[in-house]
Amino acid sequence: MAGTLAEKVWEAHLVRRGTDGSPDLLYIDLHLVHEVTSPQAFEGLRLAGRQVRRPDLTIATEDHNTPTLDIDLPIADLTSRTQIDTLRNNAREFGVRIHSLGDADQGIVHQVGPQLGLTMPGLTVVCGDSHTSTHGAFGALAFGIGTSEVEHVLATQTLPLAPFKTMAITVNGQLPPGTTSKDIILAIIAKIGTGGGQGYVLEYRGEAIRNLSMEARMTVCNMSIEAGARAGMIAPDETTFEYLKGRPHAPEGEDWDAAVEYWKTLRSDDDAVFDAEVVLEASDLEPFVTWGTNPGQGLPLSANVPVPAEIADENERVAAERALEYMGLEGGTPLREIKVDTVFIGSCTNGRIEDLRSVAKVVKGRKKADDVRVLVVPASARVRIQAEAEGLDVIFKEFGAEWRNAGCSMCLGMNPDQLAPGERSASTSNRNFEGRQGKGGRTHLVSPLVAAATAVRGTLSSVADLDLPGEVDLTTFDGSPLAPLETPSFV
Amino acid sequence: MEKITTHTGVGVPLRRSNVDTDQIIPAVYLKRVTRTGFEDALFAAWRGDPTFVLNQEAYKNGSVLVAGPDFGTGSSREHAVWALKDYGFRVVLASRFADIFRGNSGKQGLVAGVVAQEDVELLWKILETKPGTEVTVDLEHRTVHADDVTVPFQIDDYTRWRLMEGLDDIGLTLQNEADITAFEATREAWRPKTLPAKHLPSVPVEPARPVS
Repeated sequence: MAGTLAEKVWEAHLVRRGTDGSPDLLYIDLHLVHEVTSPQAFEGLRLAGRQVRRPDLTIATEDHNTPTLDIDLPIADLTSRTQIDTLRNNAREFGVRIHSLGDADQGIVHQVGPQLGLTMPGLTVVCGDSHTSTHGAFGALAFGIGTSEVEHVLATQTLPLAPFKTMAITVNGQLPPGTTSKDIILAIIAKIGTGGGQGYVLEYRGEAIRNLSMEARMTVCNMSIEAGARAGMIAPDETTFEYLKGRPHAPEGEDWDAAVEYWKTLRSDDDAVFDAEVVLEASDLEPFVTWGTNPGQGLPLSANVPVPAEIADENERVAAERALEYMGLEGGTPLREIKVDTVFIGSCTNGRIEDLRSVAKVVKGRKKADDVRVLVVPASARVRIQAEAEGLDVIFKEFGAEWRNAGCSMCLGMNPDQLAPGERSASTSNRNFEGRQGKGGRTHLVSPLVAAATAVRGTLSSVADLDLPGEVDLTTFDGSPLAPLETPSFV
Repeated sequence: MEKITTHTGVGVPLRRSNVDTDQIIPAVYLKRVTRTGFEDALFAAWRGDPTFVLNQEAYKNGSVLVAGPDFGTGSSREHAVWALKDYGFRVVLASRFADIFRGNSGKQGLVAGVVAQEDVELLWKILETKPGTEVTVDLEHRTVHADDVTVPFQIDDYTRWRLMEGLDDIGLTLQNEADITAFEATREAWRPKTLPAKHLPSVPVEPARPVS
């Protein structure tokens, strides 16, 4: 029978098919663990006298709470320190591999899996973090789980799951210059809404998706959850295999050949039927920014802040009124006139080496706008090391940005990197919820290129607003892959 | 897990859509390592506002939350469910829930019932015109009763069964131990293992310092 990519991966992991309305039992290939959603799960194991069934399919890292300054000093926030210590103790007690702060393999869990070559096509990947959808970029079925499920996977290496529906999202054509994969996903969320993907696994396809690098694909899949979908996937291809080959945990020799042969079958059949289909034209896209307090409240940068009175749907109108009040914005204001206080470049959405390279290209030889704080936080320690090897840190520092250690940082403000009440950010992260980046903080989600241009001008801007000097090669802004990672140098 | 067949308690109208998990419990409260004691964190940012519904005497002891569509969007934090339960909520009703939130609810004995938006509006009207009205949620018949109104709600059969039986998921799965072991024997050699650990060469990570 013809199947979609997601159905094929699901079928390959069926331990037991559910009957009489009970869910299927699925095997989990890779379980990623971090400090925030795991303590109560390990505690549950301890109370029930259970072990971790497969420590060899489990890996932990510290990311949500970790400071991005003075990482060699004890963590100042006592509750953060307790949570980190708890993870370390649990890892030791249960025999789980851990990459702690200060280790070259520490970083955001969704960067650590791919860079170690643990994330591969055809796997089931889970983590107690909703942005686990990131790993779907490799053609894995990857989704976030709650703490009870973390405990369940630790104890059984399986999860009971009800079947999902499938949605094909086709992005045709080529991205215009100055737009990126972030603009693709923000446009998709604005189109289908924050609940549009509920109950679905999304599959991104089409020419514009095919042309994306692995890192750009991760950005798209990462924000599937912002459209309400637990998982988003892209069929693996040569770009995927190229990224994986030679990474520490990538298969070798005969195993590699067997894997690639199988991975090539991981695509939706031509006659596969999706439960829903959405089509976008990449050529219509512009740099996208959010104006409100959920990721679906986004518009092209050339637009104006919406006027709530002009919104027909009552729920949406009320939501827009609330959002504008929180954001301190007037309907009708051109988005380009919005002034920001902070630019945050980082997160599991856009804190990878290509993101940092594209920002560096824009800001090289410039000075940041006065009164704007610019934070650059690599997604992992390896990304930081790689960036330093390429001299990007020097470019950022000369620009006036702060060059930090790796972690989730201001994406969710669990560490000291937060917005002050009323402060406004342009952020390459994934959520613009009220208070997400600090109590009272106001977030505009943007691509790395928009973040860079905004840091230069102080107001929401695209690279087209900059008088770019002749020596900057604009062709690298066309959305096509930037130079691939030089493996195995570092990352 | 405690069994639930029916629950009766004061209904709380929350006239907001897209109540995301950062609103239910801000990230700053996620640093705790316990599973209880999150009641003070529920809707923390809104609790400071005296007009917020839970700050009104009639709703203070509510246990049935009636919310706008797309409740529980955003992060996977199960703390959102713990905070609702620790506060005293046993049921949340909305016309749409985020998938992960709904899954987490079922595992912790919080009923997440899907009610048509027009019925949500009806319940809001009752709860707002008669503050303190008790709502009865009947899992057996999948109905919500308030004042003189009874409306249906949806919940999937399996979650309903587990809630009514108070069953623990891990225990249920471990009944299939033999199937899991048999499946493991068929896994291909190329599938990754985290142990023994493989790395690129270890390199010192320079600590970043504050900019003066």
